[in-house]
Amino acid sequence: MATSATSVDILSSDETPQSAAISPARLIGRRFLRNRLAIGGSVVLFLLYMSALFADFIAPIPYTDVHEDYVFVPPQLPRFRDEHGTFHLRPFVYGLESELDMDTFRFVYEEIKDAKYPIKFFVKGYEYKLFGLIPFDRHLYGVDEPGVFYLLGSDDLGHDMVARVFMGARISLTIGLVGVILTIIFGATLGTISGFYGGGLDTLIQRVIEFLMSFPAIPLWAALAAAMPANWSPLQRFFAISVILSLVEWTGLARQVRAKVLSYREMEYTLAARAAGTSDSRIIFRHMLPNAFSHIIVVATLAIPGMILAETALSFLGLGIQPPQTSWGALLKQAQNVSVLLQQPWLLIPAFFVIAAVLTFNFVGDGLRDAVDPYSL
Amino acid sequence: MQRFIISRFLYMLVTMFFVSIVGFVIINLPPGTYMDVYRAQLEAQGTRTTERQLEAIVRQYGLDQPVYVQYWKWVSGFVRGDFGRSFAYNKDVSELVWERLTLTMVISISTLLVTWLIAIPIGVYSATHQYQASDHFFTTIGMVGLSIPNFLLALIFMVIAAMVFDQSVGGLFSPEYEDAPWDVAKLWDLLKHLWIPVLVVGTSGTAGLIRMMRGNLLDVLKIAYITSARAKGLPERRVILVHAVRNAIHPLVMILGTSLPQIISGATIVSMVLSLPTTGPLYFNALLQQDMYLAGTFLVFLAGLLVIGNFLADILLIWVDPRIRYT
Repeated sequence: MATSATSVDILSSDETPQSAAISPARLIGRRFLRNRLAIGGSVVLFLLYMSALFADFIAPIPYTDVHEDYVFVPPQLPRFRDEHGTFHLRPFVYGLESELDMDTFRFVYEEIKDAKYPIKFFVKGYEYKLFGLIPFDRHLYGVDEPGVFYLLGSDDLGHDMVARVFMGARISLTIGLVGVILTIIFGATLGTISGFYGGGLDTLIQRVIEFLMSFPAIPLWAALAAAMPANWSPLQRFFAISVILSLVEWTGLARQVRAKVLSYREMEYTLAARAAGTSDSRIIFRHMLPNAFSHIIVVATLAIPGMILAETALSFLGLGIQPPQTSWGALLKQAQNVSVLLQQPWLLIPAFFVIAAVLTFNFVGDGLRDAVDPYSL
Repeated sequence: MQRFIISRFLYMLVTMFFVSIVGFVIINLPPGTYMDVYRAQLEAQGTRTTERQLEAIVRQYGLDQPVYVQYWKWVSGFVRGDFGRSFAYNKDVSELVWERLTLTMVISISTLLVTWLIAIPIGVYSATHQYQASDHFFTTIGMVGLSIPNFLLALIFMVIAAMVFDQSVGGLFSPEYEDAPWDVAKLWDLLKHLWIPVLVVGTSGTAGLIRMMRGNLLDVLKIAYITSARAKGLPERRVILVHAVRNAIHPLVMILGTSLPQIISGATIVSMVLSLPTTGPLYFNALLQQDMYLAGTFLVFLAGLLVIGNFLADILLIWVDPRIRYT
């Protein structure tokens, strides 16, 4: 508190603010705010995570609900004009009638023009727990029974794709975070040990890293995921997958941290700390890691998209998240087949979410990297 | 030099040993013994298992003996060319491995070549046109390329091919060549199919390589010898292409060892989508069916080839860059 007060004083007393009075964190913040792509990326990421958090609220029906009468319904767009051309302020959808096409043996959906279902907002629906705690039954949108409203279409079991995409986001977006936290723990610890103590331990750790890097990652991950016992609970699977992903990912971070620690080891302040009789752990935790922290955050941010892609790939192959749980990769699994894709192109919608998440994480990570680099302009 | 190669070779052997350990651990990771799986498989096929058959298997793999004996039986088979048996295919693994492994390598190495051929010129162009519209264009394209999962790109390719050209793009051979013996016509047919997987697998690698080449070249261009080369009146083309690019490429040779695993990693999953007759589909099917002997052996093979590749890359690097000290 005291320091921020003095810096404010300096700024107000002196008309031209001096950069020396700005804390490094604020400098980083300023540089970050200048990067438009990074700002845009942060906004999109925030929205994605919020939609994952409020997935239950957004979903009009539970994501596990099976509707045999509404298999492969194409996305229904809300309508403002009815068949007579009359304008309705409240958007509506028509009722659907399915018919089996005897040539292709697929259901074709016909709109029933005299059954209009207005779209209502903040409707009462199925009960769920907001944030896993507060019982709640309101939903963002919905239509009255017996109408249905599949904004993003439905899949082979009549699941609502909106519900599935956002429930899937919960897993796809958090698995990267959990994995990255594990990566930071492994990578920072081993990297610090490697750089700080050097010698045989350093050689050993470096060899292990080289060894892990020489494995093709996806086949290795897939093998470990396939070896998971089938009777594990979804939560166990989720954590096992993030552990598996971080098992390879930590290597890159460890190398970078090691390089940083190596250079800090030779700095005067480390020598001074040593001369003052400071213990190793204090030097590491008080002097070195705080210095490397911004760097670690950047590397970690840039590692998240790789993890999201990896989870997507594993689940896509059927080795990752298993039903009834779902993730973006598990959703894309249905889209493996070209003929399915040509007939039900909306099954590819989760892919846009994957790309959006990965792209924005890359933008944010790039922005952070430029921002923490004291030599960038 | 000789000493370096020998010590590097020994190091390679040690790595191979650890690779085989990882493979063995993965084979033994799933709960239940090899026997249970085998029996279940046979019964699923409608074959009744006799005690005799099972005993023979136990003896063959040393399943009643300690782990290190089992490991030894498995790993010594590698030297003899016996890689165990695949349950799902009911064939020896060695029958399944070779042709597929060759095709995987063909795809991976062509991908590597293509990524380099595309990425280096673009990287050089981006660096010499820093912050111009064209540089931003390539940066954005690169970012998007990095963000689209490989398998998704493969799917998009297939859909476009099916919709626009009305043809399927799966596979590596036309039907008439699938089982044909190797000749020039078959090779040509392979080349005609190869470009799609190569392009799909190569996208993300190309994007990364462009960024790297651009960064390296920008760093090199700041060094004084470039200024002196310009000062003595060399044409700009020569300064860039002969003096700067040569030095900027070396770090790329160094990452050769890590980029090949990434390419193979991408190729396995892409070939699953494009249903290419490479190791990918076989490997993932083996995993899905818990056919762990086949999967473990494949993994060891892939990693083993990479270890050898790394060894060769290291020697290549010494040969390319005389400044590197070998210790």
